[in-house]
Amino acid sequence: MSMVTSLFQKPWIWSFVAMFGAWLATIIFTGGQGSGDLAQAALTFAAFSAIVGIGQMFVITLGPGNIDLSIPATMTLSGTVALKFMDRTDLLVVPGFLIAVAVGLVIGAFNYGLIKLLRIPPIIATLSSSFIIQSAAIWTNRGLRIKPPSFLADFTTSSVLGIPNMAIVAIVLAVGAWFVLERSIFGRWISSIGQNIRAARLIGIPVDGVRFATYVLCAVLAAVCGYFLASFSGGAALNMGTEYLLTSIAVVVIGGTSVAGGYSNVPGIWGASLFMFLVVSMLNTYGAGAGVRLILTGLIIIGVIIAASGKKQA
Amino acid sequence: MKNLITAERIRLALPAVSLAVLLVAVFYLQPRAMSYFGLNLLFNLSVPIALATIAQMLIITVNDLDLSMGTFVSFVACVTATFLHDSPLIGILILGAAIGVYALLGVVIYLRNLPAIVVTLGMSFVWGGLAVLILPSPGGAAPEWVRWLMTSKPPLVPMAIVASIIIATASHYLIMRSSFGVVLRGVGGNARSVERAGWSIIRARAATYALAGFFAVLAGITLVGLTTAADANIALRYTLLSIAGVILGGGEFVGGRVSPVGAVIGALTLTLAGSFLSFLRISPDWQIGAQGAILIIVLALRVLLSRSETSGAAR
Repeated sequence: MSMVTSLFQKPWIWSFVAMFGAWLATIIFTGGQGSGDLAQAALTFAAFSAIVGIGQMFVITLGPGNIDLSIPATMTLSGTVALKFMDRTDLLVVPGFLIAVAVGLVIGAFNYGLIKLLRIPPIIATLSSSFIIQSAAIWTNRGLRIKPPSFLADFTTSSVLGIPNMAIVAIVLAVGAWFVLERSIFGRWISSIGQNIRAARLIGIPVDGVRFATYVLCAVLAAVCGYFLASFSGGAALNMGTEYLLTSIAVVVIGGTSVAGGYSNVPGIWGASLFMFLVVSMLNTYGAGAGVRLILTGLIIIGVIIAASGKKQA
Repeated sequence: MKNLITAERIRLALPAVSLAVLLVAVFYLQPRAMSYFGLNLLFNLSVPIALATIAQMLIITVNDLDLSMGTFVSFVACVTATFLHDSPLIGILILGAAIGVYALLGVVIYLRNLPAIVVTLGMSFVWGGLAVLILPSPGGAAPEWVRWLMTSKPPLVPMAIVASIIIATASHYLIMRSSFGVVLRGVGGNARSVERAGWSIIRARAATYALAGFFAVLAGITLVGLTTAADANIALRYTLLSIAGVILGGGEFVGGRVSPVGAVIGALTLTLAGSFLSFLRISPDWQIGAQGAILIIVLALRVLLSRSETSGAAR
């Protein structure tokens, strides 16, 4: 029994409770039909939100004001550049991946350069750089839909033992992120900077180095997500990252990570990502129109936030 | 001389100087813009952006951030082009209720200690959904009086400039000079001491959010006056434009340090940046990027100036 109570004190449990509720509500409506397909689709789509959500979580954990608004633009640029480089050649899959990672490295370094050297608040720095990145993506893309190599297209859309490949990739990344945050010195540093940056500096934590690495990590994760998403959806499109701006922030907060920084939560990212997808598909099965669907999504997000905050205080 | 140049003044002067530099550059590239008609064209769209920027600034004053600004202004535009045009009374009721929702948000965010970013993020879905329900496809019509107001031609100075000066003056007196403004900035600076001094934080925050909602409503109405029609996505970029305008105008994200006049100038600068780039014949591919670059340059200048100021003071 004590295990159950301690389980319910975890901040991430609520995102899973909400996720399960949305899944149940859909399944009851359809009478159990297609529940397997729904789970498959949920795992696949949640994987993309989870990858960018993990990056955003690292940045948000750095403390108030830290946020990365350039995630959508980074996804678009890396997807475009990588797919253009690979030019549908299966042999170039690995170099293409490295190019995507390189795009992320450059963007992350540029973002932190603006924040540190020009002392621009992160929200404005990443916003301005996202404009530039977006322009670069438009310029490389030229409005064409560049097709992915067939190997990558197959990889991102198929599954192993019933689990979609993308979900496996995202779970591996999540486990890695959990290990870094909870078990490594780097993760301790990130949390302590988020809790009190002055104290962190005084005890000799390389604050600038850690913040630099975090922004770069976030951009690289966004770039990797863009690489896979472009392959999954049959090509890079200019608007492919748009919805991930809101999603990346929403999954972090619904997942129980503190917006004030200092306390992160990896399992919650997955719960929240699944929840976000299942809410939309639930409203779809109930036959809600676009307007009603948006309104309910918004109200549910706010409701979860209010419920979660109430539990923390109790 | 020593007291004339302070860091605070440089902070306030920089937005004005960058606006002047951009304006001179535009006049140099396109001398015909230097006329009543030209100025009107250049600054036409700045009125709704300036109003939205003031709304965002009010939220930033109490240390929050409104990520639903763009969808809210779009929602107001849809209400204006339908209800406010067809049956003004219902339209006014809806807009009044929307302002009430803003006041409620201000209270709920404070009472439950919620992250404003996420609550307004959720609200952006709600406003967007409502806008789609009201106006599923682009259309509607602007009420006569709004159209008249936005297309009126006052003597000597174009409407857009007159409106910007009125907005800047009114918000300056409201926020920098009135006792309400002092309490408001105090909530952002040190909420606890404001509370100890006997002011109700809840009431102050409710009033701030309501006022922000009111300015955002004005933004939506004036926008329809310019475009004559609305759609659910008409003002989505206002979220980012309004935040950028506040920061460009010398505002800070925390501590209640804002400048209403600066915010209006920031909004004008952002509007002008668009025209400047098209006069430069920059390929449309790079227009958004150049806008980002201008933002970075202005902020970099601010840092350089304040850095030389502090080192000068140290000597």
